[in-house]
Amino acid sequence: MTKSGLIGGIFVALCVGGAAAAFAIAWRPAIAAVDPPRPQSFDASLVKRGRELAAIGNCGDCHTLRGGKSFAGGLPVPTPFGTIFSSNITPDPETGIGRWSETAFRRAMRSGVDRDGRHLYPTFPYDHFTNVSDEDDAALYAFMMTREPVRAPARENQLSFPLDHRVFVAGWKLLFLHRGSYRPDSAKSAEWNRGAYLVEGLAHCGACHTPRNALGAERVSASFAGGDVDNWQAYPINAQSPSPVPWDADALFTYLREGSHPDHGTARGPMTQVVSNLSQVSSSDVHAIATYMADVFGAPTPDRRRQGEAALAQAKSAPAAPLQANAAGASIYAAACATCHESGRPPPYGGINLGLSTAVASPDPRNLANIVLSGVRPVEGERSPIMPGFAASMNDAQIVALLNFLRARFSNQAPWAGVEKIVEDARRTQTALLQTSAGPRDAPADASQRNKP
Amino acid sequence: MMTLKVNGQTYQIDAEADTPLLYVLRDDLKLNAAKFGCGLGQCGSCTVIIDGKAVLSCVTPLVLLEGKQVTTLEGLGTMSEPAPIQRAFMEEQAAQCGYCIAGMMMRAQALLQKNSKPTDDEIRTELQPNLCRCGTHMRILRAVRRAARLMDTAELSPSNQGSAR
Repeated sequence: MTKSGLIGGIFVALCVGGAAAAFAIAWRPAIAAVDPPRPQSFDASLVKRGRELAAIGNCGDCHTLRGGKSFAGGLPVPTPFGTIFSSNITPDPETGIGRWSETAFRRAMRSGVDRDGRHLYPTFPYDHFTNVSDEDDAALYAFMMTREPVRAPARENQLSFPLDHRVFVAGWKLLFLHRGSYRPDSAKSAEWNRGAYLVEGLAHCGACHTPRNALGAERVSASFAGGDVDNWQAYPINAQSPSPVPWDADALFTYLREGSHPDHGTARGPMTQVVSNLSQVSSSDVHAIATYMADVFGAPTPDRRRQGEAALAQAKSAPAAPLQANAAGASIYAAACATCHESGRPPPYGGINLGLSTAVASPDPRNLANIVLSGVRPVEGERSPIMPGFAASMNDAQIVALLNFLRARFSNQAPWAGVEKIVEDARRTQTALLQTSAGPRDAPADASQRNKP
Repeated sequence: MMTLKVNGQTYQIDAEADTPLLYVLRDDLKLNAAKFGCGLGQCGSCTVIIDGKAVLSCVTPLVLLEGKQVTTLEGLGTMSEPAPIQRAFMEEQAAQCGYCIAGMMMRAQALLQKNSKPTDDEIRTELQPNLCRCGTHMRILRAVRRAARLMDTAELSPSNQGSAR
């Protein structure tokens, strides 16, 4: 055999071996289709538990198109790699998961593989759902299989080569999917462990609140250090939290349960749906989440505590004279904002004193720009705050003046840089966003329906 | 002193920069179509059109209006020559107490100026910020649909007053 022949042989052998290894890693068998189980075959209490779990998992938010049928999918999810459309998880036999057995459902939750054996993109947060217990997967399955089947074919993802090939997802999983259910920490309380199980698993809080690396995976070393979602900043919810008043378990519970807290303000943007969901689940689970997250935030340093007390004292005292340096911003604030934000009524009945606003104190002005442009829409069937949007009455320069005024007047942080560009981007994206979102829609308007399976 | 353009006329207004437009319209210019409802931008009764867009005048300070055109209901039509939107609301008897109606008409007008054939869904979504306590919503919907038809044929009608000045 010649030398080049030998090299060629080794090359072929490597290719074949590599392909075989890749195949072994990537290939997953199909799981046999079943006849759609009859809704009556599920125990009502299991379905009810599944409803609460689906609310904690916020399943409906991604799997429902704004204004569309619940869980029928089709929502475009923009990622740095292209747009992925959520799938139909109603029990429709042809276009949904009607022919999935519980085993197939559990495999999808555990390892992100659909019934046919295709790898699912990690926009579906199975890196968290892998922690969900068998019992909870069974309840979720019972809930999903008893929903109204909706015929809604999947929309084609818009991913560029080579990511449009699902085999690459197998490689991603090798790197970033750490399978295994949640292991309790015996040094902590049962409540803390329940919270950790939910937060790290089904509730997948880190999917938005943890920054991602170049391959789109959560950076383990920066857990809960803040991320991006739908052109909003998901705030850091660890020791780096920019909130003027430090969070504690009680405040977290109130905020997650009721959607707002007098010292912190109101959930908005993508968080609106999350708190709306958590108002419907058992309060012990929300307490558990609050307990665990309070630990993730950590006890505030004495310095941080002092700053929080100062912010609260200032918010309760008479408003200081406005700075004259930014007359345009001050005038806009006085006429457009102060009537609610200095009303003295706690949220949701009045606007939060902006000295307590995380949006004003955050290093990232995007959330404030979004909220000034679009306002806060009322949530159907709930006691929720509303704020008019100012996109139609303020131009970009005026919003920039207002944002700079709020930053100088209500925080002790350095001025923001590049506010002009951020306002311009926010105006463009909020216009696009409003076309797909009409606010939360699958919270039953009749609160008495919430406990029904 | 600041310059304000309302319904095609230019006014010199002696007011602070942070004065809400609604106060100037009602108190200084005596244009009383826009109503004070909540004063918090939550009910829509103060809606006017600024540069083609529906805006809540109670939370719009004068400082925002430099170089902009304000249109109030008075700028659309008159008693004797009502604009299509006003005719349509009268013909459908859309007003009960009437307090919200000027705001409803202004927001509907802004919608029809950018979308001459809105669907029912589009009308409902657009009018969502405007509240009506009397419950004439079905008549208001009919009136907006009627106005869309009237505007469609407005070129042929003698009262071609519908476009915001």
